[in-house]
Amino acid sequence: MAENIKIEIVTPEKYVVSESAQIVMAPGALGEFGVLAGHTPFLTSLETGKVRYRDAGGNEKLVFVSGGFAEALPDRVTILAESAEPEEDIDYERAKAAYDRAKKRLEERRENLDNARAQAALQRALTRMKIAEDGGSLH
Amino acid sequence: MASLKEVKSKINGVKKTKQITRAMNMVASSKLRGAQAAMTAFHPYAEKFAEVLGNIAGRSADETSPLLVAREEVKNVHIVLLTSDRGLCGGFNTKLIETAEEFAQEKVKGGINVSFTNFGKKGRDWCRKQKFTIVEEYLGIVGGKFGFNVASTAAQKLINGFLSEQYDEVHIVYSRFLSMANQPPFVKQLLPIPVIEAAEKAEENKEEKGYMPEHICEPSPEELLNAMLPRNVAIQLYNALLETSTSEHASRMRAMDNATKACDDMIESLTLAYNKARQQAITMELMDIVGGAEALRG
Repeated sequence: MAENIKIEIVTPEKYVVSESAQIVMAPGALGEFGVLAGHTPFLTSLETGKVRYRDAGGNEKLVFVSGGFAEALPDRVTILAESAEPEEDIDYERAKAAYDRAKKRLEERRENLDNARAQAALQRALTRMKIAEDGGSLH
Repeated sequence: MASLKEVKSKINGVKKTKQITRAMNMVASSKLRGAQAAMTAFHPYAEKFAEVLGNIAGRSADETSPLLVAREEVKNVHIVLLTSDRGLCGGFNTKLIETAEEFAQEKVKGGINVSFTNFGKKGRDWCRKQKFTIVEEYLGIVGGKFGFNVASTAAQKLINGFLSEQYDEVHIVYSRFLSMANQPPFVKQLLPIPVIEAAEKAEENKEEKGYMPEHICEPSPEELLNAMLPRNVAIQLYNALLETSTSEHASRMRAMDNATKACDDMIESLTLAYNKARQQAITMELMDIVGGAEALRG
């Protein structure tokens, strides 16, 4: 079996994930990428989306991330995200409410609307909902 | 000498005050623990971020982000003033406001326009009284529970103001939390982002690890840097908010501790006065009785 790589997902508020994984997949700015142990140092910004990794026991795990960066080193991947939640912590109802709110705001087309922000909120809510719904078969 | 009843009611009053101050002390100490925990939780993120940022800043070419460029002529200075919403925390707000005032006066003397963003009611009230322009005010943040989104939203507004040349410089006045006994007020430049800092961090990094990993960057290092810089402002702001909140609770705890002690002292001296007054009353009564008996015996 290949060597494991350490995955750390950190937000300003807490350590979300810190464990060892066989493989990590993350939504990079230029497309999804996978990291195995021994990866070349690599730095990228992340899209709102899901990080997938297989833990040491071979279980697939999903984590929602938004507004982040990932740094891959040969022995570890560090993901700095503004918000991150493991699949089981996602509050579906809350995401749904946020989705409706953002959608409404976009439809209203008010003049002082911060379009980019509303879009981003919509995207976040949608991703959360997808992950909670069906394990995030988003792509 | 005050009458017995008066002294007694005064003692009771002070005792009640002491109960309140002691309760406030305990509330502050439990909130302090929460605030400290939030600070500790933030450290790994901040450290990692600084490391990565220093790393990129050291490498990205001369092409600099507008957030790094100092304006030649500074006409408008924006100050972010962090204070608490509530009082009863000793000299905490006074110190912060004095620092802000000194800083603002200096700028005003130089013919520079000064405007404010206020976190906390005390600072806002002061700005209103001084007739400073208040661009934005956030209440109920400092000292309470808040997430990173508060800082990132506020930081985005500051950055927009800076980029649209509404402000030429943005400074933040906050309270650093060095220890339980030491929380000095502090002025820090947020925008333009001081360059030296990034370079220094890269240096430290080098020494620690002995080498700098050459990352493959995606997209380019410049683009990454441009994406990271605004977030860096949010991080600075979040950090300042956390430190100020922690300082507020520590200050209040100390102030309430002192107040409780002062109550104890007061109760002691009042009890002494009460006992004296009682003794005196007894003596007087005795004298009366003795005097009366003497008179009867005639």
